[in-house]
Amino acid sequence: MNFDYNEEQQLLAASVKRFIDKDYTFEARRKIVGSSEGYSNAIWSTFAEIGLLGLPFSPDVGGYGGGAVDLMSVMEAIGEALIVEPYLSTVGLGAQFVARAGTHARQQAILPLVCGGKLKMAFAHTENGARYKLAHVSTRAKTTSAGYTISGEKRIVVHAPSADQLIVSARTSGGDTDPEGISVFAVDARAAGVSMAVYRTIDELRAADVTLNDVHVPADALLGEEAHGLALIEEVIDYATALLCAEAVGAIKYANDATLEYLKTRKQFGVAIGSFQALQHRMVDMVISGEQAKSMAGLACAKVDVATDPVERKRIVSAAKIKIADACRHVAQEAIQLHGGMGMSDELKISHTFRRLTMIAQQFGDADHHLERFAKTS
Amino acid sequence: MNRLLWCTMDLNYSKEELAFRDEVSGWLADNLPADLRDKVARYAHLSRDDLLRWHQILAARGWIAPSWPQEWGGTGWNVVQRYIFDEACGYAGAPPLVPFGLLMCAPVLLKFGTEAQKQRFLPRIYRGEEFWCQGYSEPGSGSDLASLSTRAVQQGDHYVVNGQKTWTTLAHMADWIFCLVRTEARTERKQDGISFLLVDMKSPGITVRPLILMDGGHEVNEVFFDDVSVPVENLVHDEGKGWTVAKYLLGHERMNTARIGASQRELEKLTAFAAQQLHDGKPLTEDTRFRDKLSRVEVELMALSITNLRFLDQLREGRAPGAEVSMLKIKGTEIQQALAELMMQAVGPLAQPFSPVDGSVDFDDFTASLAPRYCNFRKTSIYAGSNEIQRNIIAKMALGL
Repeated sequence: MNFDYNEEQQLLAASVKRFIDKDYTFEARRKIVGSSEGYSNAIWSTFAEIGLLGLPFSPDVGGYGGGAVDLMSVMEAIGEALIVEPYLSTVGLGAQFVARAGTHARQQAILPLVCGGKLKMAFAHTENGARYKLAHVSTRAKTTSAGYTISGEKRIVVHAPSADQLIVSARTSGGDTDPEGISVFAVDARAAGVSMAVYRTIDELRAADVTLNDVHVPADALLGEEAHGLALIEEVIDYATALLCAEAVGAIKYANDATLEYLKTRKQFGVAIGSFQALQHRMVDMVISGEQAKSMAGLACAKVDVATDPVERKRIVSAAKIKIADACRHVAQEAIQLHGGMGMSDELKISHTFRRLTMIAQQFGDADHHLERFAKTS
Repeated sequence: MNRLLWCTMDLNYSKEELAFRDEVSGWLADNLPADLRDKVARYAHLSRDDLLRWHQILAARGWIAPSWPQEWGGTGWNVVQRYIFDEACGYAGAPPLVPFGLLMCAPVLLKFGTEAQKQRFLPRIYRGEEFWCQGYSEPGSGSDLASLSTRAVQQGDHYVVNGQKTWTTLAHMADWIFCLVRTEARTERKQDGISFLLVDMKSPGITVRPLILMDGGHEVNEVFFDDVSVPVENLVHDEGKGWTVAKYLLGHERMNTARIGASQRELEKLTAFAAQQLHDGKPLTEDTRFRDKLSRVEVELMALSITNLRFLDQLREGRAPGAEVSMLKIKGTEIQQALAELMMQAVGPLAQPFSPVDGSVDFDDFTASLAPRYCNFRKTSIYAGSNEIQRNIIAKMALGL
């Protein structure tokens, strides 16, 4: 049993921290969020330079062959600093489809670019009425002589505006919610027939509703087996969910650190408000939530990339997401309450962390969704 | 349980009270402008004009200031009628009434003001001609309000005010601000040496700076006072007696703090809205996990509305409100927050969009307002005496701890 990061993981964590302290202060982030692109290419290049983009990919495409556990410290740092660049969308989602199900040729074409910071990705999956159900895909892909033609509408595709390539789920057979018949395609984000309605999200990311109107892709754009894409989607979403849990741990850490600092420094009635037992106990409960979340994030990350049995994987990831969703909600709400009016202000980072935690609680399924899946896979 | 005792408990309104409720609801149905009702229903931003328009419609009907003495325009309603009226307005989806003039400054003037002050200010508050805000909180004085440090020094026939107020709701719309200021620097008790001043927001030396909240909205402000001259006739009550005034105001007229009517409307809206959201191809209201949460809020609200009526019944006999106001504030805000949270959760992943980048067509503003509204409603357990301070009040006043 060893819960500490190894030496390499510690070095990585230290270099990420150095980069954030220098280049990703809250003020720097505010400028990035307010820019027309909503993310920074310079930051993305730095990610590539310090090796973050290649972490999980194999050395023969320019990566480092790390497991999800190796990405934990990066995800925690992303959560703590509220990094808005498309790391999870690219490394944790889009490129995972290619790494897990792409042909050798496609892997060689895509992954070195991802590792080098030259290609960003997003996963276009959610549709109207789907809620969190992964099998709900009404976008259609028709076979043509040259490959496929894809048509449909995708909602809330996080980081689609910055993506060079989209991973798109589309149905090659079956009804809108059948588990069978879903296929996964790599689509050039600038392909003819792809259009986007771009917006900001409440947690200050950029996303888009993506319309695909007779988008032609070649036959080798198919990732994995035709019509059997759901298992692949579940596998990648579980992987990304585990990483998201680690991001939550970082955001919770910031919320707890900032709240503790506020309790120690904010004076009312002549004393620090942290001297009030009623508030001490609430702070303690926040810290307990944070520790429990960290445990479950670690467990989930340990189970998503080794050849875990899918049933076991789903059960663990859902358990983690339940705890994480609860912790996100608990810590975020208490952090604002204990900050008082200051917590409501846009000026303070805590209100931004609150928004991100609120969205993480729902991303890839809220606690109810995962309770249901946990119960079903038990 | 003694059966006789049970028989004395009547949880229903009297026939007269029911008739009154119907009268108010009927009038609201005819007189609440559709565009304002629609704005409230869409959770849209209400402008100063919107707020004042509704104020003036009620004023024209004679219903804007029910609790005031009748000689100043009060309706002579008892506490139950006032409650029925407030809740009917909330349930109908009427814009909120800005309380700073009507429910805060006016009662203070009626209790402590000079005849000249009443004549000068009350009719204008009644008619909605002057918009008020409240200068209480300061950067270093939130829950510990009495530690405030904004200074007022008398020079001849006026005070010179210096300092800063913060979290000042709607200061950017206001014509006047009532302030707690320190007129005596060193007193044994920090509650002494505080005075209650009325300040014209157009006075030279006042600067209003917006404080943007996390939902991107502008409703609160910082207000800076830099050598602001205030005529001494704008002092309310005696110099140094401001804390008496503040305490009076704190306990006054807050029986509508539970906002039962508005929460009932929100609950119905949430139920209808959730029924339109699909979960596994079925209405979300058929999902037991979500439905249980809905039911929980409904039961909470039911309990609170009866609790509220029980407290009102006690007040009817003329007793001053005490710690029960704090209970209503705590439970009322918890329910409002739970409803806002469930509205956000009802739309699932669609809660994430916030604002279009290029004003693109087809952006669903209503759905996009749900997460910001959830964020915004976190303020309800912080403002008007945080829920922690309310618990302190109950512990001290009701329990003697």
